Amino acid sequence: MKFEYAPAPESRAIVDIKPSYGLFVNGEFVDGHGKSFKTISPSTEEVLAEIAEADEADVDAAVKAARRAYARVWSKMSGAERGKYLFRIARIIQERSREFAVLESIDNGKPIKESRDVDVPLVAAHFFYYAGWADKLSYAGLGSDPQPLGVAGQVIPWNFPLLMLAWKIAPALACGNTVVLKPAETTPLTALLFAEVCQQADLPPGVVNIVTGAGETGRALVSHPDVDKVAFTGSTEVGRAIAKAVAGTEKKVTLELGGKAANIVFDDAPVDQAVEGIVNGIFFNQGHVCCAGSRLLVQESVAEEVLDRLKRRMKTLRVGDPLDKNTDIGAINSGEQLAKIRALSEIAESEGAERWSPPCELPSNGFWFAPTIFTGVSQAHRIAREEVFGPVLSVLTFRTPKEAVEKANNTPFGLSAGVWTDKGSRILWMASQLRAGVVWSNTFNRFDPASPFGGYKESGYGREGGRHGLEGYVR
Amino acid sequence: MTRLDVKKTYKLYIGGEFPRSESGRSYVVNDAKGRFMANAAQASRKDARDAVKAARAAFAGWSGKTAYNRGQVLYRIAEVLEGRRDQFEAELRASEGVTAARARTYVDAAVDRLVWYAGWADKIAQVTGNANPVAGPYFNHSAPEPTGVVAVVAPKGPLLGLVSVVAPVIVTGNTCVVIASEPHPLTAITLGEVMATSDLPGGVVNVLTGSVAEIAPWLASHLDVNGLDLTGVTDPALATDLEIAAADNLKRVRRPGVEELLDPPPLDRMTRFLETKTVWHPLGI
Repeated sequence: MKFEYAPAPESRAIVDIKPSYGLFVNGEFVDGHGKSFKTISPSTEEVLAEIAEADEADVDAAVKAARRAYARVWSKMSGAERGKYLFRIARIIQERSREFAVLESIDNGKPIKESRDVDVPLVAAHFFYYAGWADKLSYAGLGSDPQPLGVAGQVIPWNFPLLMLAWKIAPALACGNTVVLKPAETTPLTALLFAEVCQQADLPPGVVNIVTGAGETGRALVSHPDVDKVAFTGSTEVGRAIAKAVAGTEKKVTLELGGKAANIVFDDAPVDQAVEGIVNGIFFNQGHVCCAGSRLLVQESVAEEVLDRLKRRMKTLRVGDPLDKNTDIGAINSGEQLAKIRALSEIAESEGAERWSPPCELPSNGFWFAPTIFTGVSQAHRIAREEVFGPVLSVLTFRTPKEAVEKANNTPFGLSAGVWTDKGSRILWMASQLRAGVVWSNTFNRFDPASPFGGYKESGYGREGGRHGLEGYVR
Repeated sequence: MTRLDVKKTYKLYIGGEFPRSESGRSYVVNDAKGRFMANAAQASRKDARDAVKAARAAFAGWSGKTAYNRGQVLYRIAEVLEGRRDQFEAELRASEGVTAARARTYVDAAVDRLVWYAGWADKIAQVTGNANPVAGPYFNHSAPEPTGVVAVVAPKGPLLGLVSVVAPVIVTGNTCVVIASEPHPLTAITLGEVMATSDLPGGVVNVLTGSVAEIAPWLASHLDVNGLDLTGVTDPALATDLEIAAADNLKRVRRPGVEELLDPPPLDRMTRFLETKTVWHPLGI
């Protein structure tokens, strides 16, 4: 007997998407002077709104507004008062959490259960956490009297649009900087809704400015001579370009870039928990996660059992409408990203890896990719080396802990890693050997505002979150 | 009859040994009065790559030592240097033309700085690490780890300058390749002799002498180098070029800046070349 799920859609009525949006500069929405662009719902391809594109002059105006707000208001305000604004923002986000969650799922394609239970609560928590730091910076171990840098230019990706905004704006403001933030071109809506939150919180004009646009807008922002700090989350390729663009300047930079995390399962691991961790590691947020556990390293003796159970579990994953509360995997964020995932998957097949997906019906409109695993993958395969940024897992095996470490570290990336074993000493030994900024042991994809996040090697530098997250915003 | 001096041949310091430059080149080093002092080895691209290889080979062992042990090794360098103060004073006076008192100040400061950093070995993790109170049933802590192989361009000040840039890099577990001050390379090699006899494993510090403009770009673009300290780069255009080259594998770069060597050093000499690792584990029974 087969039990079907009845649809359980979250109502969209709570959001009010305007036909068009301007830039948020100096506390007001203004027209952009570039070509405008459309943001669409990746699950239906429906056009949601027309978005202004900021050209160089618009970016310049935003930086000027941020500089003015920095010089006249924000850098002169006491930390305690700055903190109170951030507490206000945290509270307003909590109050409007449902609205943010629905809007995020519509614009990004992620399942409502994730935007509602993960993204938005973490956003509020992040502002709440850094609010408390604003008047305690001299206790942060960063010198006796840490000073703000000035204007921060921040560029964020489309995978966690509002959460990445929070990771950028909360510590910047807490430390006394003002910001110009550019959201990703496919997911601008929650950032623009956040601009409304700034207005509701009476945040002084110019402290937060939001400029929408694509790569050119981002380039104009990070290379603007009056920007003191550049914070970027996104691809390693763009990260490299930014590192080159700021060379020889005084700009402080933090980069949170790509990853190719190993999720390592030993033969003594609790298998059911490990399988849940593997699924969460790679299928959370459609695998659009820089720290996704995209390489499963499973000990040879249990490989068959783990794979059988993983496949069984994957058959229960529900792919579909992001606004359905039962949905596990939503839409791929864009046609461009879908093409990239498809291309790398085809390359994997042509290089000899074996592809498997559970039977699953995909909607006819929108961008979709079934959860997929590749077995018979070798270290040399592109699918094991390149970041797919989609719901695609490569499976490799190992025999000894040393081999697991060697394979796990055999990548230019170093953002995260997972270890599953019942043996405490082995967990700590593995954690010490893995060249990665975050090691999840017997868990995966956990995030918290108090917990520093960021990479080794080509996964970037600097940390976001926790006390460490302050370091990138003070001198 | 006067005795003829036995002069020292100054070579490179790579992997715990003192090889000549594979290029067979050398350059003339004069003293402060412009008189010939010695021929220093003029390191090549190949020497730089050999040095990186030695530094990489030494990394696992050095970073795997206990912090206490690394601290003792640094302290040992200070001890051996202390015993050779007269030699270093004489070298500084000859090469830089400074007074005896000034030379003594710098040598003493170099010894004291090594002692200072030796003490940091087992404290830096306590100062820069954290227990993180996450909102859930998880153990979560962050601790620093060394970045890996760090290339360093040493500033002027052949002894204190070199010690000031090398000690903070290695005390945390990194290994390094350092380009000695171009006009005053000899003291760096003599310091290499101190390190070679101080229980410091070969390859942890590798010293190259020669042209910064020639060697530094190879280190800045080397994909097995993780960090780049530009302290001694005085040409802003070169510093920018090196930073651009370093971006290819996202090296951690410390830009040049004004710094008085005798002042207490900033903490970021260590922290710039540290990574923060955060480990999570669920709580449960």
